[in-house]
Amino acid sequence: MTDLAAQRTDAPADRPRGRTLKFVPINVGQSALWIFFVLAMVIAPLIFKSSLSLTILSQIGTLIIVCLSYNMLLGQSGMLSFGHAVYVGLGAFISIHVMNAITAGSFHLPVSLVPLIGGLAGAFFGVLFGYVTTKKSGTTFAMITLGIGELVAASSLMLPEFFGGEAGITTNRVIGEPVVGITFGPQIQVYYLIAIWCLVCTALMYAFTKTPLGRMANAVRDNPERAEFVGYNTQRVRYLVVIIAGFFAGIAGGLGAINFEIVSSENVSTVRSGAYLLFTFLGGVGFFFGPIIGAVIFVLSFVMLSEITKAWLLYLGIFFLLMVMYAPGGIASLIMMNLRVAQFGKFRRMAVPYLLVIAAALPLFVGVVSLIEMLYHLQLESAGGTEMRLFGVTVDTASVTAWIVAALITAAGTASMFFASRRFKRAWGSAQSEIQEQIERSLA
Amino acid sequence: MEFFLISLLNGVSYGLLLFMLSSGLTLIFSMMGVLNFAHATFYMLGAYIAYQISVWVGYWPALFIAPIVVGLGGALFERYSLRRVHKFGHVPELLVTFGLSYCISEFVQLIWGRAPVDYRIPALLDGPLFTIYTTTFPAYRGFMMLVAVLMLVAVYLLFTKTRIGLVIQGALSHPDMVEALGHNVPRVFMMVFGGGCALAGLAGVIGGNAFVTEPGMALTVGSIIFVVVVVGGMGSLAGAFVASLLIGIVQTFAVALDNSFVTLFSRFGWTITPDTIGYPFLKLTISQVAPIMPYLLLVLILIFRPRGLMGKRDD
Amino acid sequence: MTQRDQGTVHASRTGECAIELRDVRKSFGKSEIIRGATLAIPAGERHAVIGPNGAGKSTLFNLISGRFGVTSGDILLDGRSILGLAPFEINRCGLSRSFQITNIFPRLSVFENLRCAVLWSLGYKYSFWHSLARLRDARLRAEEVLELIGLRRRHDVAAGMLTYAEQRALEIGITVAGGASVILLDEPTAGMSRSESDHAVELIRRVTVGKTLIMVEHDMSVVFGLADRISVLVYGEVVATDIPAAIRTNRKVQEAYLGSHAEEAHA
Repeated sequence: MTDLAAQRTDAPADRPRGRTLKFVPINVGQSALWIFFVLAMVIAPLIFKSSLSLTILSQIGTLIIVCLSYNMLLGQSGMLSFGHAVYVGLGAFISIHVMNAITAGSFHLPVSLVPLIGGLAGAFFGVLFGYVTTKKSGTTFAMITLGIGELVAASSLMLPEFFGGEAGITTNRVIGEPVVGITFGPQIQVYYLIAIWCLVCTALMYAFTKTPLGRMANAVRDNPERAEFVGYNTQRVRYLVVIIAGFFAGIAGGLGAINFEIVSSENVSTVRSGAYLLFTFLGGVGFFFGPIIGAVIFVLSFVMLSEITKAWLLYLGIFFLLMVMYAPGGIASLIMMNLRVAQFGKFRRMAVPYLLVIAAALPLFVGVVSLIEMLYHLQLESAGGTEMRLFGVTVDTASVTAWIVAALITAAGTASMFFASRRFKRAWGSAQSEIQEQIERSLA
Repeated sequence: MEFFLISLLNGVSYGLLLFMLSSGLTLIFSMMGVLNFAHATFYMLGAYIAYQISVWVGYWPALFIAPIVVGLGGALFERYSLRRVHKFGHVPELLVTFGLSYCISEFVQLIWGRAPVDYRIPALLDGPLFTIYTTTFPAYRGFMMLVAVLMLVAVYLLFTKTRIGLVIQGALSHPDMVEALGHNVPRVFMMVFGGGCALAGLAGVIGGNAFVTEPGMALTVGSIIFVVVVVGGMGSLAGAFVASLLIGIVQTFAVALDNSFVTLFSRFGWTITPDTIGYPFLKLTISQVAPIMPYLLLVLILIFRPRGLMGKRDD
Repeated sequence: MTQRDQGTVHASRTGECAIELRDVRKSFGKSEIIRGATLAIPAGERHAVIGPNGAGKSTLFNLISGRFGVTSGDILLDGRSILGLAPFEINRCGLSRSFQITNIFPRLSVFENLRCAVLWSLGYKYSFWHSLARLRDARLRAEEVLELIGLRRRHDVAAGMLTYAEQRALEIGITVAGGASVILLDEPTAGMSRSESDHAVELIRRVTVGKTLIMVEHDMSVVFGLADRISVLVYGEVVATDIPAAIRTNRKVQEAYLGSHAEEAHA
């Protein structure tokens, strides 16, 4: 899974002089990644066997589809949407109603195909809402998606028959006769169902990037005016992408409904949409595999980080801010940039600067986290006493000393970061320019 | 009749508050092309800081101090964060303000907790301004309208009568040219951004105690002001004014009306029962639909007049 | 080489004219930029539009290609009015344009840029069921244009990374790749050195064989080297349309460029 832009994966022209031999370069790196991905999904639950792990893996599988579908809009087509939860959530709601109908006997469909209904629902709402939202582009589009998202979220409390009011709609995923012994009762069976859908959807979405519509979506992202002048109705292109992204989002919604057996108005909330945006962006919108990383971070943050500290949302927000400012391509871009540096043999010179930056970041990290955690404890948890454990040390948040120490550590960290980052930038800059020269020379 | 007048006045005061917010947003967007997603969060920050100051010192100092603090915060953000992201394009700019709104929101909850805080209307203004028959019009609402109008007049005068205002007007459409003429345009941007945030903070000071001051207030008001800006026409102050009043008045009226299609039809003698098709929609009262009215308006405008009420033709 | 006439404006014989403008006017608010431009360009002609700065040349292009709407008047493409059509619709009728400020797809490779330019004309439209790699005709056509514009060695380079002259060449490539019969080039050699301009002229000559070309240009050597006929646009009006030799000696043209002291300057 490589850079959308410039990797040559199509066959070169036939050799002249009537030779019929065709040479198709197999991208070894790409194939290896795909094989690794499939293997990882298949083997993971056999390695991580606890029920917590299964929950995490199941959620990761679902969220991979969500984030990839979101990136069809953001990374591929340049459409920043604040309302993606609408398609995921409505797909989930339709799926759960269908499941209840199956239980009641008024509808017949194997549970494993319910996500398909979710997908069709997502596509339907893509047709409905997309008509309105794609009338504009850019920042206006973003605001419209926010408005539509709020519209649906607010409607969810008005129509309790469909949305189940505050409590939501529940269901039972163990319905009908077991097929080959599969009832979808045990979590591991649900996980493999999710894994299969995830692999299929990932493959389909990847294939989409290599179709005319997928490529023109990139073109519309890069230069909508130019796309018009090569004969494409950019509004139509965007509309179609919204519908297709809605389809995959709905599939993920259906899988979520099966997994949790409950869907509520929270599933279509703006907060959810914001989370999808945040984590997809963190993963990286410029590369196909970025959102997959984002999905993993998403689930790990919610499930594990939230246990470690109560201020985890604030940390996430700060991390996101720093990413936008310093690495707008996300973690995927950081990986690829470093791979490129390594590929050109320049990585050794980066080793010391990297170590320095990490060493300098440490006190800054410790200082800031201490301040935030102490503040948190003081404000919200002092009922249990003003003492708390911080980095293995017992700290009294009411004493001024603790605050002064934390502030000093933060100051020291800021100063050391300043110097270390300067050194890093110099080394990085020189590596980049050398790489550029090498490329120029090879093309000249 | 009294219901109509009081609701109209309430609607206008709410609309003016919305305009205070959406005008700052429009100014920042017109000049810098940045859609400040954190605008409503500055509104919330203004309310919370005013609350804190009013607890320590009193309401009247808060009225002046809180907007300044918020404005300074906004200017600092512009200088050290937004400016950095400017070169990456409009999407990262929007994302950085989105990230800021997230952080401020969490930070506010960190300091003041998740429950609403008791931000009170000062005793001086707590009472009826006048009474029409049996309905009273609160004095504080009148005060809100007064502050909003004064602020807007002040901004108007600043723009049209002062030198810095002229520079800002020029930078609104031709920042490069203004910079070429020797003005420190980045500093102008910082001031405009800070000023817009200060306006939002002021709106928070006067709105926070009239409505509720809680962590969710930014989200509710935020999406509405985006709707205002799109409905009014991107970049049009006059459009934002019209749209703010329209939405403010419509929502205020809607919340008070308990009519639904069921009640309407029953006037004609048709009885609707739970078995009728579409009953879930028909039984909805206008007051229940009130929260989504701005968004319905958004959809209608986008379908029938995509450039907004007073927007220019090209996006 | 194409038809030469005696220097009078062609009477509009529908079916023969590729592009025709009839008393086109365009106002932006109160300022009238185009004040009644009338022009008839027969199919296959290489036509240049010149004029002093601010005459409205780019605006004229924007009107023809559908970027702006006309205030009054008519524009006909192959005898059919294209007023009110969106740019993509006009493009589908066989008209393609380049831009004064390079307008390419910066994050796509050079090859991808060209492939995008041919997809619609080859009928693939909004397909999401075809695999790009398998579309032989798209690939071959893109490679053909790539060769024509001389950027074969930049096949996989991101378009945003090209040099200025290479980007201009790509711009022209994108314009002609779709096989449009009427090509509008907006200052194709802007910002180029002498040698780069000469290359560009050669390129333009190669890619516009058999097509109708309308070109806005400031560089007179380019204009006189390429054009069959020249129109001079002054203050939004076409003051002269003629073969190059006649334009050179046209009194009105001289005045427009050199002011009323034209005679002395010419002497």
